[in-house]
Amino acid sequence: MLSRLPKAALSIHHVAAGASRQAVRSGSVRFVSTGAPTSNAFQRALNSRAALGSAVLMTVGSVAWYTHLYGSLPFIGEVHASSPAEEGLHPPAYPWSSSGWLDSFDHSSIRRGYQVYREVCAACHSLDRIAWRNLVGVSHTVDETRTMAEEVEYTDGPDDQGEMFQRPGKLSDYMPAPYPNEEAARASNAGALPPDLSLIVKARHGGADYIFALLTGYVDPPAGVEIREGMNYNPYFPGGAISMPRVIFDGLVEYDDGTPATTSQMAKDVATFLHWAAEPEHDERKKNGIKAIILFSALTAISLYVKRFKWASLKARKIIYNPPTGKNMH
Amino acid sequence: MASFSTTLYNTVFKRNSVYVSTIFAGAFAFNMAFDVGIERFWSHWNQGKLWKDIRHKYVEAEDAE
Repeated sequence: MLSRLPKAALSIHHVAAGASRQAVRSGSVRFVSTGAPTSNAFQRALNSRAALGSAVLMTVGSVAWYTHLYGSLPFIGEVHASSPAEEGLHPPAYPWSSSGWLDSFDHSSIRRGYQVYREVCAACHSLDRIAWRNLVGVSHTVDETRTMAEEVEYTDGPDDQGEMFQRPGKLSDYMPAPYPNEEAARASNAGALPPDLSLIVKARHGGADYIFALLTGYVDPPAGVEIREGMNYNPYFPGGAISMPRVIFDGLVEYDDGTPATTSQMAKDVATFLHWAAEPEHDERKKNGIKAIILFSALTAISLYVKRFKWASLKARKIIYNPPTGKNMH
Repeated sequence: MASFSTTLYNTVFKRNSVYVSTIFAGAFAFNMAFDVGIERFWSHWNQGKLWKDIRHKYVEAEDAE
């Protein structure tokens, strides 16, 4: 946030600090002793460089803190080209079970989220970068995954005659896309392209929080907001007008583990699934992080100890120089 | 103490081949133990959320069919 400070403000601070430092130096430091010192201890402390330095630090610090908290310099108005409504509401930070440094994904939630994606989102949204094999050992067994893959027909080939042919899906196939190309997707959705969801959690500010807030955040447009025909109002979407209607309603899917399929439950599950799709390495990464922090802390401690050990004799010794007396010279 | 350091010297440090082998074997053993320990902590901390905690539900369902 300090970068938001205009350069001029910083340089003014510098000049002011420099000038007053000069003044203080001439006031407090006595170069000629022409009489008894007139200032008492309190005045000396008041005029000291430490007092000046801490006052400057306090000022700069409070301005920086204010700027960090509120995003703008105090007492100076700002004109934004875009309003908060145009940028979209910031989603709240939801307590995901994977938020902590040591917390893994909830794999039951990933499994339910895949079901929501398959039954709801996959009608319009592709998931190009996830293959069937990625689900194995994460949310489904290998047999379940193979069965699901075989239900989809893939075009393969060419065969001996140079013809393309259809075959059932394999584990190595990627998730089938709902539309053959972007133009078909736009034509089916009134010109709007449903984005690919593989990396959507990484690609949007707020990540999974944004996905959840968007899916559950559909409301009637407030007074004065005009929404075109075929568009929908969602305060979390930048601009407010989104082509995707609200798609998640209570009881839309039936979970095989008996979890009540409320709107927020489904939104949470599908956001968790998409978070996993964007960061499949998440669990391994956190586990490796634990190991790295433990090992590097131990190595740091050892190297600090070795440094002190090696330097102890150097720091503790005293070099005494006895200048030769005149008698011993020559 | 002196006997311990003497024993240590005679068994580990005296011959370079033994010394290097001890370092390699020690690194291997430490790595195994460290990984097992972290894995145990991870499973305990995230109990109920990991795939291996829910896997039995779906594997048994497959077998029953």
